[in-house]
Amino acid sequence: MKTLFKNARLIDPVAGTVETGFLEIEDGRIVARGTGKAPKSDAETVDCNDKYLAPGIVDIGVKVSEPGERHKESFRSAGQAAAAGGVTTMVTRPDTLPAIDNPETLEFVTRRANEAAPVNVLPMAALTRGRRGRQMVEIGFMLDAGAVAFTDCDTVVQDNKVLSRCLTYARSLGALVIGHPQDPGLSKGAAVTSGKFASLKGLPYVSPMAERMGLDRDLALVEMTGVRYHADQITVARSLPPLERAKKNGLDVTAGVSIHHLALNELDVGDYRTFFKVKPPLRSEDDRKAMVAAVASGLIDIISSMHTPQDEESKRLPFEEAASGAVALETLLPAALRLYHSGELTLPQLFRALSLNPSKRLGLETGSLNVGAPADFVLFDPDLPFVLDRFKLKSKSKNTPFDGQRMQGKVLATYVGGKPVYRRS
Amino acid sequence: MAFRQKHLLSIEQLHPDEIQTLLDLSDKYADQNRKSGHGSSALAGLTQVNMFFENSTRTLASFELAGKRLGATVMNMSMQASSIKKGETLIDTALTLNAMHPDLLVVRHPHSGAVELLSEKVNCAVLNAGDGRHEHPTQALLDALTIRRAKGRLHRLTVAICGDIAHSRVARSNIHLLGKMENRLRLIGPPTLIPPGASDWGVEVYDNMAEGLKDADVVMMLRLQKERMDGAFIPSEREYYHRYGLDADKLRAAKDDAIVMHPGPMNRGVEIDGTLADDINRSHIQEQVEMGVAVRMAAMDLLARNLRQAPTGVMV
Repeated sequence: MKTLFKNARLIDPVAGTVETGFLEIEDGRIVARGTGKAPKSDAETVDCNDKYLAPGIVDIGVKVSEPGERHKESFRSAGQAAAAGGVTTMVTRPDTLPAIDNPETLEFVTRRANEAAPVNVLPMAALTRGRRGRQMVEIGFMLDAGAVAFTDCDTVVQDNKVLSRCLTYARSLGALVIGHPQDPGLSKGAAVTSGKFASLKGLPYVSPMAERMGLDRDLALVEMTGVRYHADQITVARSLPPLERAKKNGLDVTAGVSIHHLALNELDVGDYRTFFKVKPPLRSEDDRKAMVAAVASGLIDIISSMHTPQDEESKRLPFEEAASGAVALETLLPAALRLYHSGELTLPQLFRALSLNPSKRLGLETGSLNVGAPADFVLFDPDLPFVLDRFKLKSKSKNTPFDGQRMQGKVLATYVGGKPVYRRS
Repeated sequence: MAFRQKHLLSIEQLHPDEIQTLLDLSDKYADQNRKSGHGSSALAGLTQVNMFFENSTRTLASFELAGKRLGATVMNMSMQASSIKKGETLIDTALTLNAMHPDLLVVRHPHSGAVELLSEKVNCAVLNAGDGRHEHPTQALLDALTIRRAKGRLHRLTVAICGDIAHSRVARSNIHLLGKMENRLRLIGPPTLIPPGASDWGVEVYDNMAEGLKDADVVMMLRLQKERMDGAFIPSEREYYHRYGLDADKLRAAKDDAIVMHPGPMNRGVEIDGTLADDINRSHIQEQVEMGVAVRMAAMDLLARNLRQAPTGVMV
C-alpha cells in the first residue's frame, strides 16, 4: 500500500537543498520523490501543509538506563521520547548497570528494545569488560549479536597498551570504536571548565586542554592501528586543528558534539544549577561558537543528544556531588533549531549532522529522503513557539537544562519504516 | 539604606549600601562588646542552629557567642558525626531541620553552592559560614570592619591578599567586598595557587611578594593548608615561606603604616613570621577575631528584623 506525502518542504542533506515537493512510500521505503505539485494518485494522501519533512534523526549515544536503573529510563519511555523528538534511530550506550560487555546482555537489550521501543534501536557495546580498561570484550561475538560500535563511554581507557590492542583487534574486524577524548588526570574531579566563572564560583575545574590531550593520544593510536574511530564529543576550539589534520592525513576519523555544547555555555550554570552539569562540562562562548562553525564546515560530523537520564535525587545535591548528564531526546531538535533561527546553521546542514552523517558512519541506509531509503522521517514546524515544561517530557527522568525556556520548533509527526510512531495531538 | 536580604549567602549578592549598614551596626556591637554586661535581647525568643558539615573552632565559637549575647537559644550540630554518615542527603537534612522551626540557620559546608541550595528548602534565615571554595561572607565583613577601624575608611585603599587564593573562600568574599567598595586589589601567590581567570576579576595578580606588596595599605595573609604539598601545588613549606611567607623584611615594601591581617588559624613560619604576627603595632589579627563576634551579631540582628517583618516568616 502506498502513501503520498504532498505539499512538504523536503530537506535534502545530501544535495543541501530545501524544496517544496512530494514523497511517496510503499512497504516502508521511499519509492518516489519530486518537486512541485504531486501527481494524481489513488494512494492514501497526507497533506503536509507546507511544513518541513526531513530524514529522521539518528542519535548516537543515547543512554537508556536498562538494565539496572529502569526507574530513570526504560526502552519504552526512551522510545516514546525519541518518537516525540523526531529521533527514528537510537544508538544506545553501554554504560548501564551492569555494562553491556557480553553477547548475552546485548541480546537482552535487543529483546527489550524490540518489545518496547517504537523507534529503531541499535546497541553499542563496551570496549573493555566492565568498562574498566583492562580486558577486551568479545568484539567478534558482540558484532555478530548486533553491536554497531564499541565504546567505554565517558570512562577513558588509560592504559595505552591495552587500548592499542583493543584498537588493533577491532580494526581486524572492521569495528567502529568511539572514544571520549579527555586526559583523565587533568580532568579528575572536575565539575566545570576552568576560567573566570569557575574560579569565582569556587568549583573544581578542568582546562580545555584536557580534551585536546585526550584527542591527541587517541589520534596517535588511530594512526598506529588504522582503526575506524569516532570522537564522541569535541567541545573546545583547541581540539579542532588536530582533528582537521587527522582527517587531511586520511585517518578514518569522525567527530561528534552534543547539542548542549552547541546551544549552551558555561555561564548557564549560573547559581549552581545542576541540570546544566554535563560531561564534558559546558564551555566558553568562544568555544561554543567554534563548535557551531565546525558543524557548518563539516569538520564536526555529527550532532547527538547525549541523552543521559538522572533522577531528582542525583541532581538535588551540591554541584560538585551532583550527577552529570541531561535528557535531550525531545529537546534535541528544538535546541538545534535555535541555531537555524539565529542564522548560524541551515536546515540541510543541521540534518546532515543529525541524520545523514551518523547513518553513513554506521553504514545505515537511513539519513536521506532518496528513493530507496527507508521511510524514516520527521515532519516538523520550525517556527511553532512553546515554553518547555520538563514535567511534560516523555522521559522518566526530567533533568533538562531547557526547563522553562522559550523554544521554537515542534515535531508534528514521526515515521519509522513508513508507520507513524508519533503524532502531535 | 535598609538591609533587604532574607539570607546572608554571599557578599556578591549585597549592595554596597547594605554592606555599610551591616558595618555600621557591627561597629556599635563592637563598642558594646567592650563594655561589661554586654548582653542584649535582639534575638530573644529566637532559635539559632549552627550546622557545621566541616570542622570549625573559631567560626563556630564566634557565631555561638554572637547568638548568645543577643539572647537567642543556640544549638550546635556537628554534621560530620551524624546523618551524613547514615546516607541522608543535604536536602533531607534541611527539611528535617526545617520541621523543627529554627529562626536562624548558620551553615558551613565543604561544597561550593551547598548553603544556597539548602536555603531554598527552608523557611528560616540562612547564614553562610563558608561553602567550599565559594564564599565566607562574615569573614569578609569582619575583615572590612577591622580595616575601616584601623584606616578610618574602606575605599581607595591598596589591599594585597597573599597565599592560597585558589582554595580560599575568604579571598573570594574579600575580593567581592573590597571591589564593591572601590579599593585597589592585588592577589599574590605562586601561580599554582592563583585560580585561572583571576586576572579578569578586576584585580592585579603578582607572583612576587616585593612587587605585589609595594605601597600596600593592607596585607591579608591566607592560611596554607598542609595538604597542598600532596597535590604538587608547592614544593615545600620552607620554599613557600622563603618566597611567600610574610616577615618584617618583605613587609618593608608596603606602606610604613600598612596593617597585617590573617583569618586564622595561622601557620607560624609557613605563611607568616611569628614575631610579626604578634607585633601589636602592625598585626590586627586579634582584633579580627573580636570584630568577628560583632559582625555576626549585626548580621543575625538584621536578618531577624527582616524575619519578623516577613509575612510568611516562621514567627508566630
